[in-house]
Amino acid sequence: MNIIPEKNYLTYPKGLKSWLFTLDHKRIGLMYLFAIMFFFLVGGIFALMIRLELFHPGQDFVSADTYNQLFTLHGAIMIFLFIIPSIPASLGNLILPLMLGAKDVAFPRLNLASWYIYVFGAMFAVYSMIAGAADTGWTFYTPYSIETNTAVISLTTGAFILGFSSIFTGLNFLVTIHKLRAPGMTWFKMPLFVWGLYATSIIQVVATPVLGITLLLLILERVAGIGIFNPALGGDPVLFQHFFWFYSHPAVYIMILPGMAIISELISVHSHKKIFGYKVIAYSSLAIAFISFLVWGHHMFVSGQSELAGMIFSFLTFFVGVPSGIKVFNWVATLYKGAVRFTTPMLYTFAFLILFTIGGLTGIFLGALSVDIHLHDTYFVVAHFHYTMMGGTVIAFFAGLHHWWPKIWGRMYNERIAKITAVLVFIGFNLTFIPQFIMGSHGMPRRYFDYLPQYQGMHELSTYGAYLLGTAFVIMAIYLIHSIFKGKPAGNNPWGGLTLEWQTTSPPDPHNFHEVPVWTHGPYDFDTIKVEPDLEKELETA
Amino acid sequence: MHTKTEHKHSTPLLVYLAVGGALLFLTVITVAVSYVDLGPFNLVVAIGIATFKAMLVALFFMHLYYDNKLFMAVFISGLMFLGIFIILTMFDTMKRDMIYEEVAKPIRPNAIIYEQPAATDQTDGQH
Ligand code: HEM
Ligand SMILES: [Cu+2]
Repeated sequence: MNIIPEKNYLTYPKGLKSWLFTLDHKRIGLMYLFAIMFFFLVGGIFALMIRLELFHPGQDFVSADTYNQLFTLHGAIMIFLFIIPSIPASLGNLILPLMLGAKDVAFPRLNLASWYIYVFGAMFAVYSMIAGAADTGWTFYTPYSIETNTAVISLTTGAFILGFSSIFTGLNFLVTIHKLRAPGMTWFKMPLFVWGLYATSIIQVVATPVLGITLLLLILERVAGIGIFNPALGGDPVLFQHFFWFYSHPAVYIMILPGMAIISELISVHSHKKIFGYKVIAYSSLAIAFISFLVWGHHMFVSGQSELAGMIFSFLTFFVGVPSGIKVFNWVATLYKGAVRFTTPMLYTFAFLILFTIGGLTGIFLGALSVDIHLHDTYFVVAHFHYTMMGGTVIAFFAGLHHWWPKIWGRMYNERIAKITAVLVFIGFNLTFIPQFIMGSHGMPRRYFDYLPQYQGMHELSTYGAYLLGTAFVIMAIYLIHSIFKGKPAGNNPWGGLTLEWQTTSPPDPHNFHEVPVWTHGPYDFDTIKVEPDLEKELETA
Repeated sequence: MHTKTEHKHSTPLLVYLAVGGALLFLTVITVAVSYVDLGPFNLVVAIGIATFKAMLVALFFMHLYYDNKLFMAVFISGLMFLGIFIILTMFDTMKRDMIYEEVAKPIRPNAIIYEQPAATDQTDGQH
């Protein structure tokens, strides 16, 4: 029978103050987890409102102006408040130091500061909703973002501040990975989750300042009319898009790399098979991080950028597909002859493989200059990035959450309900977004609140899917929260993993390990080491 | 253990003074050259000297020359990313007026929609 240690990071020290001033990476990770889940809920509610309005053509329950604000808030919240911090700041904070065998991250105070800065930035974003929510789209394109009367400044100030929290996390992880690895853990013996977070952190540190500058220039343009982006003053509105996408394309890899990192980890543990092509997966993360800086112009094919630039960016874009493809093939090869267990985390991993592949391949379509001229600003693009961001990152996030949940709380959720929910999520997601691919390729434009009657059937399907998806998330929230209080004790190593986080107690001690762990094997040496999952019996009967 | 190695590598005062002198001297040169008319090369010379001065500051005053080479790599990669941003953006901003002319051609020349109106039609219609 598994037991939960009396003294663990959740119970000791006690009191609200011990949480608000904590320097413990696990507590900060949990605080991040609650914060981002809150904004996932808020952003999700906006999404359901958008889908409700689009259920039928014509105006049903919000005006066209409100609709513009809804999709702007949905996008801005999901990107800046949810998905960018999601995996690194919550699961990364919780698990990374444990995996390295460290007591904490390199700069615990900076870590806490990043959480408070996140909250501070979030307050600006929330304030902007009350003060006449922005209606520019999350991309804040000029010249409209200079002209609109809505609260652009407070929302962009919020995003500006959130950038610092992201940089702090990235910087912290880089130093932690360089300096705090357990004795024996050389670079190529690190778990792949660590490699993924390393590549992510590089992008966070290099690209985010550019977003800061861009938003600052936009604010100055609005307040003081400096004339950098405003054509009326001799500025160049397309230059804004260069600035914006120089951050935001790499930012899509800030989102997906941690997701890929989780999948590399899970696919090996839940098939009890040594990962196929360890080094290639590690290097391809770095390759993605680098190439992601060379392709931003593929968002601007029809924005008036020069034709030469369009061709160069289209050419370069095809290269991003290569390292992503390498990863997918390696994951699939790992499964070959493995002892695959259909646990909840593994179901989400399979969902990721399918959905991310669709998302990535449609990205290649869009990267082809001539095809994109037809598809740009249609629902095809909307479906593409939801397959990558939601089908990829969010699904991987839930895979990781279910994988490390027993470590974080020491208790298991109900596996049977969790599996059913995973299937509902998969169905709901596809029902929402496959129709969007179809109608997008038929010309349904994005960011419109009304549409021609010919698209009604597809929009109805999509709305049904969205509400199914929403329902599945509510079920997930219920069984996860229930498990915190009533779940069965999970044991230290429920899945039989080899990395260091499974060698401490669940939940871990406030100091992680009682003595400095020594790393004597590779992270995925399932061929030479035999581990018994603590949940063996439960896993078989569920 | 830290302080020992640092003491060994601490820069002699002379180096600081020499670099400071070089910076002042280069400033004088910059001003002097601005009085000579080199056409477009005035700009090139001025930026060249400024870059060299910035390099001196980074290497000696900011200790990049003595420090762990990792810092140098980080510094240079920052410049590299800036370079990527500026160069790729210039492929757009400098080339906006370079438009390829599109000449429309019928996809199927003998398709029905390209047929001449019957009144003026003399040769077509047989095939
Ligand atoms: C093989 C990799 C990928 C390629 C080749 C690719 C290509 C593209 C292209 C060409 C567009 C512009 C479409 C248009 O606006 O006309 C686009 C849009 C987008 N992509 Fe990707 N993509 C890839 C992966 C990803 C990933 C991994 C994510 C996120 C995790 C992502 C998120 C987005 C977003 C958010 C947009 C829309 C931005 C907007 O206009 O609001 N993409 N992608
Ligand atoms: Cu992109």
